Amino acid sequence: MAGSYTPHPDLPPPANVVGVPGWVRRNLLSSPLNIALTVLALYLLYVTLPPLLNWALFNATWTGETREACQTNGGACWVFIQVHFDQFMYGFYPEAQRWRVNIAALLLILGAAPLFAGRVPNKLKVRLGLGLLVIYPIIAFVLFKGGLFGLPAVDTRRWGGLLLTLVIAGVGMTAALPLGVLLALGRRSQMPAIQSLCVTFIEFWRGVPLITVLFMSSVMLPLFLPEGMNFDKLLRALIGVTLFQAAYMAEVVRGGLQAIPKGQFEAAAALGLGYWKIMALIVLPQALKLVIPGIVNTFIALFKDTSLVLIIGLFDLMNIVHNATTNPEWLGFSTEGYVFAAAVYWLFCFSMSRYSQSLEKRLHTGHKR
Amino acid sequence: MTEQAASLPPKPPFWNDPHIRAIVFQAVALIAAITFGWRIFDNTQDNLSRLGIASGFDFLSSSAGFDIIQTLIPYSAASSYGQVFWVALLNTLLVSALGIIFATLLGFIIGVARLSKNWLIAKLALIYIEIFRNIPLLLQIFFWYFAVLRAMPSPRQSLSLGDTAFLNIRGLYLPAPHVQTGFGWVLAALGIAIILVIMLARWARQRQMATGQSFPVLRMSLALLFSVPLAVFWLMGSPLHWEYPELRGFNFQGGLVIIPEMASLLLALSIYTAAFIAEIVRAGIQAVSHGQTEASFSLGLNSHLTLRLIILPQALRVIIPPLTNQYLNLTKNSSLAAAIGYPDLVAAFAGTVLNQTGQAIECIAITMAVYLTISLLISLTMNWYNRQVALVER
Repeated sequence: MAGSYTPHPDLPPPANVVGVPGWVRRNLLSSPLNIALTVLALYLLYVTLPPLLNWALFNATWTGETREACQTNGGACWVFIQVHFDQFMYGFYPEAQRWRVNIAALLLILGAAPLFAGRVPNKLKVRLGLGLLVIYPIIAFVLFKGGLFGLPAVDTRRWGGLLLTLVIAGVGMTAALPLGVLLALGRRSQMPAIQSLCVTFIEFWRGVPLITVLFMSSVMLPLFLPEGMNFDKLLRALIGVTLFQAAYMAEVVRGGLQAIPKGQFEAAAALGLGYWKIMALIVLPQALKLVIPGIVNTFIALFKDTSLVLIIGLFDLMNIVHNATTNPEWLGFSTEGYVFAAAVYWLFCFSMSRYSQSLEKRLHTGHKR
Repeated sequence: MTEQAASLPPKPPFWNDPHIRAIVFQAVALIAAITFGWRIFDNTQDNLSRLGIASGFDFLSSSAGFDIIQTLIPYSAASSYGQVFWVALLNTLLVSALGIIFATLLGFIIGVARLSKNWLIAKLALIYIEIFRNIPLLLQIFFWYFAVLRAMPSPRQSLSLGDTAFLNIRGLYLPAPHVQTGFGWVLAALGIAIILVIMLARWARQRQMATGQSFPVLRMSLALLFSVPLAVFWLMGSPLHWEYPELRGFNFQGGLVIIPEMASLLLALSIYTAAFIAEIVRAGIQAVSHGQTEASFSLGLNSHLTLRLIILPQALRVIIPPLTNQYLNLTKNSSLAAAIGYPDLVAAFAGTVLNQTGQAIECIAITMAVYLTISLLISLTMNWYNRQVALVER
């Protein structure tokens, strides 16, 4: 009996294709071009990163009260931010009344947190969401503006900083979405008069820059209104921003409506549903789900665009930071100011885009392979 | 017959008839729109007559009386408001055109880098995109203008690049080319070279159709395009003179000046839009399935031809429509110039002229009309191009 065939055990893979060396070889050094690119990237990092870190962290001044605390070693002066922090958050909102803003912020966080949690039942989420969209703005408005329930009134001219940015963005978002849906439905309508009105409206607002819209709302709106009637500056900006974003929203929603097959409309009509029921129960839930990334992108664009109200003299985050950098006592710290503002905007926009990606994944039902 | 008619359901009452409803709804919408428009028109008339503002475009011919820091056409303080409009429009077009070129170049490079097999390069591109598209454009413009360019040294301490280019708080000074007699011949040679290249391409195509032999058109065209004008340039005795900026007293004289307003606007617009274009390019290239590349290789095409004939035409089809949108956005965003005082249409015309004359409606209407026209022209051009590259189906 010859010895039975026993194969050698498999050799382990060569050391240079697994683990860290293997990863480096595959991802950084796979070809001469790749090696050159790696060297280039490393050089870029070497040139930019150490000075940046030195400026922002290692040589920076973190504590102090006045500008004399800084001016030492070429690092950033974060004291500038620290001193102005309250102003950046609340603008010129009276200090004694800032608790109202804090309470509104707390309410928003408490109300919105369950929406992001996984275990809350969907029905509750929908109710909470509607509450946030319909009731919360009223509570927030009463809290901010005052004049009721013994709260001292605070003029909208004193609102500012991040507060104002969030107010404009929040109102813009909650008002532009329903308006955009209506416009999109109008544009897809069979009635020629309504369709052409909607197309004209959408294409007009999409064709002009937001800055001219704001100019128009601040210069021309007073001319359009009957004598004696006047809006405050914030409301005029809000109208401009909302109409502008509604046109963009309409185009996004139209994309979703066009993606719904005709059979869905016909089946719903065959069941005896009327137009509004077809739209609200069958078509829009599917269409809006399809365009969530587009809707969030529009929100992000709107959030960034709120910085433009600086042009008409409102003190949002952008303008208040800019204003602080021109303060004669604190000249020369514009970089710190802009970097701080950029970080705040970035945080909001980046988390919105991440949230939209996760939502998109979660709602991606049906056509998964 | 009668039986059938009887079995039909009863006719719905007229208020439930969709046709009648449609007519009523449209009539209501139209009447509402017209009333709204009429109210606005009426109020405006009242307000204008109360404020004593004469409407009309007569103000365009009166003298402006202010200076503009960057003019592409002859302009002085004595010129008319109409001339201001043209100066401002050209400034807008200049910064938009340059911005589109730079943003496209940068965007394509970063978009391709995002797909690189090199991990470091891909991550760097991703970081670039995520940082710059999530920060408001206005903030970026302010950063470049107030924190970088306004912090430059005075002309006497300018940063210099080999004594030809200087950067200081007044702007970037570059050598300016001055053409001399005989430069027309160089341009003519360039024109002839372009015609030759077109003829060459046509001939090479016909030959390939007839015989199957290919001809290195690209290399030959580049050689032609460079060699012919250069040869003429040399023969004519280099009819181009470079004027270098020189420090005289407190400021530089001569040369080509790029004002800091323009530089920061251009930097911010290009960097911001490039982040969006990069994502569009990435999505477009990823939309071409890998099977296409494999099929092309198995047909024997090399990687260069695969890119040119298989991947790019299909990727461009996906890229063009959103790219058009970005070009439009860039053009409209150039109006943010108003915030830093670059004399574009919004800053100089809808800003200064409006404030001086008080003709709010006319100025804003003209400005909006110009942007609408530009939007329309860009989308028409890109739609035309889109049709050229679109999929031809049965």
